[in-house]
Amino acid sequence: MEFAKNMMVILLTAILAENFILSKFLGICPFLGVSKKLDSAIGMSAAVIFVMVIATAVTFPIYVFLLAPYDLAYLETLVFILVIAALVQLVEMILKKFMPALHRALGVYLPLITTNCAVLGVTMLDIDNWDPAVSFGTSFGNALLYSIGAGLGFMLAMVLFSGVRSRLDSEKTPKCFQGMPITLIAAAIVSVAFMGFGGVVDGLFK
Amino acid sequence: MFEAYIFPILLITGCGLLLSAILVVAAKFMAVKVDETYEKVRAELPGVNCGACGYAGCDDYARALCNGAKTNLCIPGGDKVSAAVSAVLGVEVADVEEQFAIVKCGGNCNATDYIMDYQGVKTCAACNSFYQGRGSCSHACLGFGDCVMACKYDAIHIVNGVAVVDKSKCVGCGMCAKECPNHLIDVIPATSKVYVSCSSHDKGAQTRKVCKDGCIGCKKCERSCPSGAITVTDNLAHIDPKVCTNCGVCAGECPTGAIKVYQI
Repeated sequence: MEFAKNMMVILLTAILAENFILSKFLGICPFLGVSKKLDSAIGMSAAVIFVMVIATAVTFPIYVFLLAPYDLAYLETLVFILVIAALVQLVEMILKKFMPALHRALGVYLPLITTNCAVLGVTMLDIDNWDPAVSFGTSFGNALLYSIGAGLGFMLAMVLFSGVRSRLDSEKTPKCFQGMPITLIAAAIVSVAFMGFGGVVDGLFK
Repeated sequence: MFEAYIFPILLITGCGLLLSAILVVAAKFMAVKVDETYEKVRAELPGVNCGACGYAGCDDYARALCNGAKTNLCIPGGDKVSAAVSAVLGVEVADVEEQFAIVKCGGNCNATDYIMDYQGVKTCAACNSFYQGRGSCSHACLGFGDCVMACKYDAIHIVNGVAVVDKSKCVGCGMCAKECPNHLIDVIPATSKVYVSCSSHDKGAQTRKVCKDGCIGCKKCERSCPSGAITVTDNLAHIDPKVCTNCGVCAGECPTGAIKVYQI
């Protein structure tokens, strides 16, 4: 029970309360760039979830076993960028070779997010949440869960916002607000809505 | 000294080298052979992804072409693309039957009018969902230009409240026909000149009441056509482009002017 509760708290925190786009302001570039159509928004989000999980799976052990013991925590950013970029390239090749269908679905988006700040952000936040006192297995599981939640939150924000944008497209906006300005205002309003989730997760599991 | 400066530098350099080595090896082993003919064929296709060929976009058609599909299916590309693709594949050139789109509605602002002041989302699909559109004729062109948005060749425009095809620009891909919620757009052979500019299946009296230009199903055209190409079904004339000789007699006979001779 305690375990399930812990899982739900991590997932819901990552999806709602600490939504990567709408409350942490990470990954704004794909958020504004690819949210025009629902299907491309979903494709992009699927690629982001995928990359976030594999990036966490690789960088978390690197930090715990390589950087932390040797007091090299300050190299975190550098090493993570390097590893994630190489990893995404590698995964793209593997997909192209062995899973052409999946590659066709995600292929366009994969290179776009090799060094996306949301992906880097999730790996670094996993490190921030890391408690050396907890066993590696548990903390690694939590980190993976958090990255899945972050990806799902990204997808939620993208899907919601693509709906908002399709409504915006068919509305008459004043000329000076057309295009990016009204999109940014709409994004701000959606993120204000997400602020409402702030205390919800803690309250739910009291 | 070593711990603080040299080890981190070595670590990062080592990481970089290791990862690049892995990528190089992976690139060698994972290399996927791309069919050269496919690349060449794909380069010849127009890349509009209209689906007029019956495949899901140009990529798909190029793949099918490599596996022996007909070379004359690309309507936007016409004879030119057919010839180029045939040259790449080394097969005989097949003629493309060129086509263009027509709008089967003449209900412009002079002929018919609106029965409501529609203030909703400005698309045909949205407007059509409210009581079958804002026009007094429920089969009429809605005039918001979903077809204009769909056209990649700037060949269709809303003129005086009704969509009009610019035949000089139209390539007959049929993208607009897919968008029209009232299915008013048809793609016909480029040799056709006569067409029925109405889609109303309402009875003659009702059509007459809402539109000056509509087909009332009087069958005058059916009787006057020398080659028997016209049939009137459900109060609407239909011209069979395979039989029609483009003589234009029907257009002269039509009391409402619903049958039109295409002017270029």
